[in-house]
Amino acid sequence: MSREKKAGSGRWASGLQNIWLSVVAILLSLVITSVIMAASGNNLAEAYSALFKGAFGSRNAIANTLAKTVPLIFVGMACAFSNKGGIFNIGCEGQLYSGALAAAVAAIFLQGAPRILVIPAAFVAGMAAGMLVGGLNGFLKAKLQINEVLVAIMLNYIMRYLTSYFVHGPLKDPEASVAQTVAMDDSYMLTKLVPKTQLTTALLLALVIAVLMYFFFMKTRTGFNIRAVGENRLAAQASGIAMSSTIVLTMAVSGALAALTGVTEVLGKTGKFVDGFSPGYGFTGIAVAVLGRNNPAGVLLSALLFGIMESGAMKMSYVAGVSTSMIKVMQGLVILFVATPNLVSFLKRRKGEKKGE
Amino acid sequence: MYAVEMRGITKRFGSFTANDHIDFCVEKGEIHCLLGENGAGKTTLMNILFGLYHADEGELIINGKSVTKHSARNAFLCGLGMVHQHFMLVDALSIWENVIIGNEPGRFSIDRKESIRQVQAIADSYNFNLNVEEKVSELSVGMKQRVEILKTLYRGAETIILDEPTAVLTPQEVDQLLDIFRDMKKQGKTIIFITHKLNETKAVSDHVTVLRAGKSVHTVNTADVTVNELAGMMVGHEVSFELERVANEPGEVVLSLQNVRLLPNAQNTVSLDVRAGEIVGIAGVEGNGQKQLEEMLLGLLKCKEGKISLYGEEISSWPTRKRVEKGISYIPSDRYQRAILPGFSILDNYLLGNQFDEHYVPHGMIDYRVLEERAKDLMKSYDVRAVDEKQSIGSLSGGNQQKMVLSREASKDAGFVLACQPIRGLDIGAIQYIREILLKLRRQGKAILLISAELTDIFQLSDRIAVLYKGELMDMRKNEEFTTQSIGLLMAGQKGEA
Repeated sequence: MSREKKAGSGRWASGLQNIWLSVVAILLSLVITSVIMAASGNNLAEAYSALFKGAFGSRNAIANTLAKTVPLIFVGMACAFSNKGGIFNIGCEGQLYSGALAAAVAAIFLQGAPRILVIPAAFVAGMAAGMLVGGLNGFLKAKLQINEVLVAIMLNYIMRYLTSYFVHGPLKDPEASVAQTVAMDDSYMLTKLVPKTQLTTALLLALVIAVLMYFFFMKTRTGFNIRAVGENRLAAQASGIAMSSTIVLTMAVSGALAALTGVTEVLGKTGKFVDGFSPGYGFTGIAVAVLGRNNPAGVLLSALLFGIMESGAMKMSYVAGVSTSMIKVMQGLVILFVATPNLVSFLKRRKGEKKGE
Repeated sequence: MYAVEMRGITKRFGSFTANDHIDFCVEKGEIHCLLGENGAGKTTLMNILFGLYHADEGELIINGKSVTKHSARNAFLCGLGMVHQHFMLVDALSIWENVIIGNEPGRFSIDRKESIRQVQAIADSYNFNLNVEEKVSELSVGMKQRVEILKTLYRGAETIILDEPTAVLTPQEVDQLLDIFRDMKKQGKTIIFITHKLNETKAVSDHVTVLRAGKSVHTVNTADVTVNELAGMMVGHEVSFELERVANEPGEVVLSLQNVRLLPNAQNTVSLDVRAGEIVGIAGVEGNGQKQLEEMLLGLLKCKEGKISLYGEEISSWPTRKRVEKGISYIPSDRYQRAILPGFSILDNYLLGNQFDEHYVPHGMIDYRVLEERAKDLMKSYDVRAVDEKQSIGSLSGGNQQKMVLSREASKDAGFVLACQPIRGLDIGAIQYIREILLKLRRQGKAILLISAELTDIFQLSDRIAVLYKGELMDMRKNEEFTTQSIGLLMAGQKGEA
């Protein structure tokens, strides 16, 4: 009976409610972070204006904010993709490391070949590597019923340190003091959209991927099958969807998307594989996907929000003296509130009951 | 004197009124039925009585005293006891241990002998026929239910509320339960019996209160009304229970099971045929292999021994998709788990199971125009009530969900229909409708295997009936050769005089 009362016209109503929950979560975390900052003696106005200036203060600042957003979009899409299929991909970190190394190796190996050939080759190599790692994860879950989360966490370590081994040993740039590969030819780097910033055409690719993902889930049979498995595995199975291949496919595509994070970092920013380059993108990606409700447009917006925070954090730190960790606190709180939608509905109910009495 | 008096009870959830000024009075020492369809507000009303919900309006009087601050604790102190639909027993413990849990005598240690004696004495005084030192895991469903009742009695309940207690019982067990009710009444207990079954109401109760759409329609003397009148009150208009099953000659064998072992420890295997244009009913208490049969036919559970054939072709090792495409329409016993994607739109739910059909999904791209047209058609002709086809299916009532599932499956071009518990949890209107649809499919020449725990279902629809017990077919005959009694015995595992 309680089900009948929330009858309304479905998709839009629930979509709006989801956005509303995300907005409430962001506002709540802003309030709490502000309280903590004020309690530790910071000037709030000063801090937030520094954050804002850091993110939007100049053309270059805006470009760099977007550049920080790009990897979060890719990894956020990766997590959103697997979440749609009901699988939690906590292995993005390992997948993006493998993708980055494969792309760097491809570009270095093809040294001398034309740009039009090398860039696609690097992308293909990187995505294939991510696909393999993700797919392996899916395969172990589908065929041997091994918990995907445990395997993913272990694979994260394996890929992180396997790539580390390569750049400490066989692939190390002999002239560099740190563990990294040799730099690829500058001509193989992605085109910068704004000169002297890190913003490249990777942003356009990210936007294209978002659109493709929307259409994939809304319009194609395979997308529907993955969504169906994510919504109700038993019903999906009874309708004739082959469970194992769908799980493997979901994880493989998710791994490929995660790998794009690494590929575009290498081809867009560093020009080589640097040991331990990721500041934990794989884990931030989970947060981005959750805040964006696994919806491509939502992921774009939440990635942007996280990008703004990251890029404004430095300025906030040296102008207002607020530790950059404060940004992590804020991000953490956002996730906490998004992940506990029951809290919001609980508060609502309490309010309703008080009115009733 | 009234044991329970509820006057003008109103309970709203948001804009939805679950109970609308309901009056419900139960005399001391009587058996009082609370009758109503699913969603009529029975459970809400009882939850208010039991202190789990607070009424928005109205007065609650228990044993002549007006209750203002009510809670589950208070309900207990007032001598109310409730037996829920789902048992809350610890399987690994014995009966007496289950009974005293939460209410153990003594402060530091339990006086074992004395506890057993007390619990046994209560059981005997109501002819429960239980040995309280037995483990709960070894009891039948009917016995477990008695343990639940025993629990409330041990705690000193004077008024006992039972929520749909007969749903899980065989006909014989139902009779025994009703006898226990009569015994309890003799000893002065008051019984509130929540049900939607008319015959039981008529058989045992003194008074009936009928709820319909959140309102109390009538409270009547059971002796003064007929079963048909009760049904009319429940639904709000005249209902006929008559269904016409025109005799017809069944055609070729569509589905055939040969020596299939349903349960690993079953002694015998199962063989049966379903022919075009006939309904074969599988009767039996749930948990006797029905679920396994269902899943094996669809390929969701591996059929390790025996052969399943569809149109003469062995399908035992085929994947689900191939079987469905060969021609199986499937109405799962668990609607929420197997039939629908609750958060998705009705439209997307029409796609489920049709997503491999090139008509709806040409070249892997979903054609929503074709799908929408089809969905609108089916919703109209099967009377699926919703705002539009974009509404999420989870927000529909159970009856409408089931009509949607049935329309999806019936419209498939499949020769074999597997209908499992098709009327579970539905109200009378929807039940009649769904039975008619099944008969229509039979007329269209489809082969139908009906698995149902409701005997009415089985008797009204089936041409032939098989009884399943512990994974074995006890007997299989023409519908006319069985009586409720003979089937009841077979359902309980007693072969012989049937």
